[in-house]
Amino acid sequence: MKLAHLLAASALALTAASGVHAKTLVYCSEGSPEGFDAASTTSGTTMDASSDAVFNRLVEFEPGTTNTVPGLAESWDVSEDGLEYTFHLRPGIKFHTTDYFTPTREMNADDVIFSFLRQGDPESPWADYIPGTTYEYYDAMEMPTLIKEIRKDDDLTVTFVLNRPEAPFLANLAMPFASIYSKEYADKLEADGNMAALNSQPVGTGPFQLVAYQPDAVIRYQANPDYYKGKQAIDNLIFAITPDPAVRRQRLEAGECHIMPYPAPADIEALKSNPNLQVMEQPGLNVAYLAYNTTVAPFDNPDVRRALNMAMNKQAIVDAVFQGTGVVAKNPIPPTMWSYNDEVEDNPYDPEAARQLLQEAGVEDLSMEVWAMPVQRPYMPNARRVAELIQSDFAEVGVDVSIVSYEWGEYLKRSTELGREGAVIMGWTGDNGDPDNFLATLLGCAATGEGGANRAQWCNDEFEALIQQAKVSTDQAERTRLYEEAQVIFKDQNPWATLGHSTVFMPMSSKVTGYVMNPLGRHSFEGVDIAE
Amino acid sequence: MIRFLVGKLAYLIPTFIGITVVAFGFVRLLPGDPVLLMAGERGISPERHAQLSAQLGFDRPIVVQYWDFVTGLFQGDFGTSLATRRPVLGEFLTLFPATVELAVCAIILATLIGIPLGVFAAIKRGSAFDQISMGTALVGYSMPIFWWGLLLIILFSGILGWTPVSGRIDLLYFFPNGTGFMLIDSLMSGQSGAFRSALSHLILPAIVLATIPMAVIARQSRSAMLEVLSEDYVRTARAKGMSAWRVVGVHALRNAMIPVITTIGLQIGVMMAGAILTETIFSWPGVGKWMIDSISRRDYPSVQGGLLLIAGVVMIVNLIVDLLYGIINPRIRHS
Repeated sequence: MKLAHLLAASALALTAASGVHAKTLVYCSEGSPEGFDAASTTSGTTMDASSDAVFNRLVEFEPGTTNTVPGLAESWDVSEDGLEYTFHLRPGIKFHTTDYFTPTREMNADDVIFSFLRQGDPESPWADYIPGTTYEYYDAMEMPTLIKEIRKDDDLTVTFVLNRPEAPFLANLAMPFASIYSKEYADKLEADGNMAALNSQPVGTGPFQLVAYQPDAVIRYQANPDYYKGKQAIDNLIFAITPDPAVRRQRLEAGECHIMPYPAPADIEALKSNPNLQVMEQPGLNVAYLAYNTTVAPFDNPDVRRALNMAMNKQAIVDAVFQGTGVVAKNPIPPTMWSYNDEVEDNPYDPEAARQLLQEAGVEDLSMEVWAMPVQRPYMPNARRVAELIQSDFAEVGVDVSIVSYEWGEYLKRSTELGREGAVIMGWTGDNGDPDNFLATLLGCAATGEGGANRAQWCNDEFEALIQQAKVSTDQAERTRLYEEAQVIFKDQNPWATLGHSTVFMPMSSKVTGYVMNPLGRHSFEGVDIAE
Repeated sequence: MIRFLVGKLAYLIPTFIGITVVAFGFVRLLPGDPVLLMAGERGISPERHAQLSAQLGFDRPIVVQYWDFVTGLFQGDFGTSLATRRPVLGEFLTLFPATVELAVCAIILATLIGIPLGVFAAIKRGSAFDQISMGTALVGYSMPIFWWGLLLIILFSGILGWTPVSGRIDLLYFFPNGTGFMLIDSLMSGQSGAFRSALSHLILPAIVLATIPMAVIARQSRSAMLEVLSEDYVRTARAKGMSAWRVVGVHALRNAMIPVITTIGLQIGVMMAGAILTETIFSWPGVGKWMIDSISRRDYPSVQGGLLLIAGVVMIVNLIVDLLYGIINPRIRHS
């Protein structure tokens, strides 16, 4: 490692002395990665530093979209019954040559099988290679029950045999946890008794390779000279770890970095007016909502839920809380997601009608709790403020609201309790761009019950039948139709008040070109250049 | 002196045991647990929760967990971070030099400015200098660190462009982590401009971290000096016709310094708390920011190990202060 440091240092010094331009892109990142193992993390910061910079997957999300396109697999076939996916690997893919590892062979089917089995096989020495290792995404995407077998057909052909058809399977394979690791490297680490290095000294096939990481300070990468899509235009990529958003802004304005994530909403106007900067924006693939407990009276009555939704001035809430960085939500999936049903009409804001509806439902003097999460999330800048606005809107129709909150871990847990009082403010950011990842994950029957993500405890037979059908169909048009129909049922039943979808901003130097915002909230610097 | 030292060390043992209990208990008293936070909005079934808790060893009786923690300590094992899965001691030692470098510079700054300020204010009691300097000290003491740091960044880095915004050294410089102290490493790297860059990165965070201790030291120096100046022996010295500077410099200052040194020692502890905010604002890779991250992730091993290590450092610093105290005032070590 030391030699590499010296070499890199002298290279930097040389470039500085000779005036040769080594292009270095500096990204003021928001935090330290937990490590560089893309499969054993649930943290977006870690995914940015590992899966997006260092690794590739069999299929990838097309930049800027959630469409899946060929990655390390140049093509694939799906069997008629949707149970077998055969991937044809791209030949000639090289793993990174670093000072800690020199590959002797190119990527093949063994690497693919290793990358999944280490997560799925409890007997694998990699299952718990550092005590406390968990593969939460592998588990959450139901891979253990979904994958029956992974078969090596030949060096460049690998087949996944599934236990049941699963339409989102391809999108799942484009997620960070499905990054492809070098089995040769892993075997070497195992033989050397140095397995923990898989998490600290990553070897991938991606656009950048790790040079050095100084915890809480800097991550340094250099362009992978053997990258299969060609070497990147920038020579060095630096993550300058800067946790405070106001300081990130100062660094960006002072030219200490080229690009920053997560600006403070209050700073956006000023950043936009700076002539040296550009601010990219994109609707986030997220939703914020208020989930009623549909198993507890009077919220088990869809008319009561509709009445409450009609009492809520959502436009005013979004204006006040998102401050121009969000839009009102009417569906449980965001407008940029395929199958979004724009025909659905939202509950109108009509306190008078709401009051009448409540009366007809026999609800008088209703007191309820509204839960406000204690943390900011990408989909929710200030839950407390939202709760206060809901409180005053509901007071207009004679409903008395008390606002409650808990520490975030407790909030997450208690909000899933079966007999929970009242309604909780919650939200979601998509993992893989598939509507199933919203509709089944948050509103499916399997997600009800204690610990599940269906915090409305809403299990509707008609809705469930549609999303289950959509999950196993491989016909995209058919799936779209089914999800559109499911959204109509959702709006008719109102298990949630859909609140808003937030907009994501990326301020950067106006010299940065080629940056594409990722709808899933990841940050990738592939294809980025700095204009002279 | 040796008896004095042994006596002081004997106190450390029960204190240390107390700290292990507090460090271990504190983080577990916080609501929420690491498994819940890891699962996030997706939620986690009670079965999976139990499985992961067991894998992390949280299902064992609390006394057993405590026993493992303490016995581990005796083998130099401070546990493994749940988040980074690296040894806690290793993480601490990587980051600690940055905190020490910042804290040492800050305490030197606070002392060099605070003591003369307080002493002059005492000598010129009631003067405009006294009132302005003590008023400023009060403002400094009341300054919210986060706001103060940001203000300095906006002024000196943003508007004037005199100092870098944050970090420890310009990203252009890149050399192996030798001692972990950037000022020393940058000198040893031999790269031209590296030391200067490291120094310029240190200025603002050191000022911010020094502000509160500086105010406390100035006020303490002033009141200690005033007290000493009213003592009989000072009056006698003056009556003998000794010059005012000699009275203050030789007779008064030494005695006035006793409470001031205690204050400086106590400020080291206060500084560890200040370092958390200062390090966060200035993206300074020290243990303060690391502790905050660990607490918010409920990373039990990191929090308890980190607390213990920081407490240990504060205890050692206080011990050194006590010893200094004994040297300055022999009566203390004989009492």
